[in-house]
Amino acid sequence: MAIAEQQTQATSDRSWHSIVLQTLKRNEISLIPYVPDRVLTPLIKNLHADPFFTTFATAREEEAVGIVSGAWMGGRRGAVLMQTSGFATLANVLASLAVPYQIPLIMFVSERGTLGEFNYGQSLVCRTMRPVLDSLALEHHTITRVDELEFIADRSIKQAVTTQAPVALILNPLLTGGKVSDK
Amino acid sequence: MTTRNTKVMNRFDVTSRLIAKLKHEEAVIGGIGNTNFDLWAAGHRPQNFYMLGSMGLAFPIALGVALAQPDRRVFALEGDGSLLMQLGALSTIAMLKPKNLIMIVMDNGVYQITGAQPTPAASVADIVGIAAASGLVRSSWAADEEDFERLVDEAMSAAEPSLIAVRIDDKPGVGTTRRDPVQIRERFMHGLGVREPL
Repeated sequence: MAIAEQQTQATSDRSWHSIVLQTLKRNEISLIPYVPDRVLTPLIKNLHADPFFTTFATAREEEAVGIVSGAWMGGRRGAVLMQTSGFATLANVLASLAVPYQIPLIMFVSERGTLGEFNYGQSLVCRTMRPVLDSLALEHHTITRVDELEFIADRSIKQAVTTQAPVALILNPLLTGGKVSDK
Repeated sequence: MTTRNTKVMNRFDVTSRLIAKLKHEEAVIGGIGNTNFDLWAAGHRPQNFYMLGSMGLAFPIALGVALAQPDRRVFALEGDGSLLMQLGALSTIAMLKPKNLIMIVMDNGVYQITGAQPTPAASVADIVGIAAASGLVRSSWAADEEDFERLVDEAMSAAEPSLIAVRIDDKPGVGTTRRDPVQIRERFMHGLGVREPL
């Protein structure tokens, strides 16, 4: 591989989605059900392309939570990808499955509804996310900087597993660029 | 759904017949309410998992177990009302085709535990038709108890996921699961060989 090409590769490996993918892999998280989101598209595409991962869409976010919960109990680690509005559908499954059964549910939430949101519904539903997380005393971090991403994601995954508790990693537009087009 | 040639069976009886057939530490996920009450009453096994909420997620949880342990057969028991909450899960399973997953739907047409109100599907929809149209080719009604046992035997060696629907009466569950979620989860993980007992 030419040096210039290697440099390009190295640069792209520091993108937020490459860091997330590598952190998942390093922590042996191989099962990734998701409900798609525009911002998550490069991550989802690369997960599909990597045979280490079993990546697939589900019809609803709580379905994905059920799948990774079952997989955890069967000895395989997973993580769920979703958008803010999808997180808003999860209060019941968090309170009746992940939390009481002490399942280390790892959630990546692409944050819509802030920093340039154009859809009023998205901005409203976003405001429900942290109160729901806080009401169940769930660990959550809002990640805004690419230089902090690996540390936060890696440590949070390890903490979720060792403490058998869910964690939500909220990918802020400052990190991902967000979605600004209304198409 | 005006013509039905399936016998109305009993949930506890059908569940007991299933459990009697399990000789290889097969996992069984019991859906919310009566479905897992009768699983509990049929005799606790370390490979049983009992849901205490998250209505509709028996099949997704079982799918996760099946993907984690492809060499183990995984059964999921779900009520018709619960399944109606999560019909999308059927197509997810059809797409992934885990051959070790067997889904059983206990169809009484009512939300028995809340006062036996009819489900919206009761008089108009066919669970097996929905499953087949969702891509689960191996979906069948059990005509009677013997047919149920035959379908289970077939499903145990099938190369695709199977769904078996059973018309049941409106009786409540026979037992009551001990509601200790951490104990349920920990014992299940022991039963699946993921953890050693303390």
